[in-house]
Amino acid sequence: MIEYLRSHPDKIINPFIEHIELVLVTLVISVAIAVILTMLCVRFERLGFILLQLFSVIYSIPSLALFALLIPITGLGFKTAVIVLVFYNQYLLLRNFLVGIGEVDPAVTEAAKGIGMKPMQVLWKIQVPLARKALFAGIRLAVISTIGIGTIASSINAGGLGDLLFDGLRTMNTVKILWGSILSAGLAIGINALLKYISDRDSSQTGHEREP
Amino acid sequence: MEAIAYQGVTKKFNNSEVNSVDHVSATIAEGEFITILGSSGCGKTTLLKMTNRLYEPTEGKIILFGEDISTVDPIVVRRRMGYVIQQVGLFPHMTIEDNIAAIPKLSKWDKERINNRVTELLELIDLDPATYRKRYPSQLSGGQQQRVGLARALVTDPKIMLMDEPFGAIDAITRLNLQNELKKIHDEMKKTFLLVTHDINEAFKLGDRVMIMNAGRLLQFDTPRNIVQNPADEFVDTLIRSARDQEEFWEAVKI
Repeated sequence: MIEYLRSHPDKIINPFIEHIELVLVTLVISVAIAVILTMLCVRFERLGFILLQLFSVIYSIPSLALFALLIPITGLGFKTAVIVLVFYNQYLLLRNFLVGIGEVDPAVTEAAKGIGMKPMQVLWKIQVPLARKALFAGIRLAVISTIGIGTIASSINAGGLGDLLFDGLRTMNTVKILWGSILSAGLAIGINALLKYISDRDSSQTGHEREP
Repeated sequence: MEAIAYQGVTKKFNNSEVNSVDHVSATIAEGEFITILGSSGCGKTTLLKMTNRLYEPTEGKIILFGEDISTVDPIVVRRRMGYVIQQVGLFPHMTIEDNIAAIPKLSKWDKERINNRVTELLELIDLDPATYRKRYPSQLSGGQQQRVGLARALVTDPKIMLMDEPFGAIDAITRLNLQNELKKIHDEMKKTFLLVTHDINEAFKLGDRVMIMNAGRLLQFDTPRNIVQNPADEFVDTLIRSARDQEEFWEAVKI
């Protein structure tokens, strides 16, 4: 395996970098959309219910099928992969965001509203800081799911570690399969640990602020 | 000057058959300390929440200083009033100072004005500013937290204060102290206070006038003395008698 890495470094490193790129682009777009949707759902309560139903239906479609569905519209490649992954993430992100915000002590939100904060001020000054653990958990979940499903995006020429895996499968090359698996699992574990570290450090710094 | 006028105010919630608040009409003069007394579910909190537009009346009007509040932005209405609730609802992620200064910061007061105001209010509620301003709510006792809740509500110097069972979750001795302090604050400031409670002693002790509510209706609205001397109906009569019975119990135990 090490030999393969030495002789074909680009065949391993390039897909790895592509994969990270795919995950990052997806994450940024997903979080941005989820934040906007969350803000809308805070304003209009029924919308949250409807959107979650909708996204849970989309989430239940197998990724390969969803990629195939989008090919006639957006073609093959990176863009289509990002669109599909963003859709999947909306379910994970929106659900965690809304649950997290919903779990903030209603007395605190009522007080904030009662002293005259606007709905968006209540959200950003009160609910988001108090729910940040749940918000972070949602993002972590979305990143890990993107790393996993992202490998399948190689089937529509989006590149990434999936290339290594599918190549290995086609040619029965165990070394490639192993490299693909190790790197994608390692990426997921590594990023998960990193995000958990950040989240824990954040809550241990501010832990005493929470109510007993 | 009339601070608050309720005109046939009615609230029926969507999921309910009956009116939670049923055609309540009353006028409150500026500077009065009004208590609203009733058991849970009688509509007293609903009436209070309509006063700062947390709820909208189904029917009727609420006039504050001559202005129909349904024509004013709810945020503006709320910022003109102080609001204190039983669960206090301090923001756990902010210091005491930031809790009190929440609205002034959003209204972009300058730093010095905020600082001075926080100091002034902490002194008013008997918490040493140097010790407490940087603490977090979880480091305070229940009574201290409610004092901060009161300071937060007073920060913009509102003409009207709305309080929903502010001492409901506080032990008896602390509650007595807080009641006395609240009375003192009212006497000094001459703001209009509206305090909801289910405790008849608290209602009669604090209120210049008491509104007695049952099943959404306002049964009697008068001074404690007049209510005791002329109960409007059987319900009010029973209420007063129950308080008297308790008194007799204490007299009996004394010997």
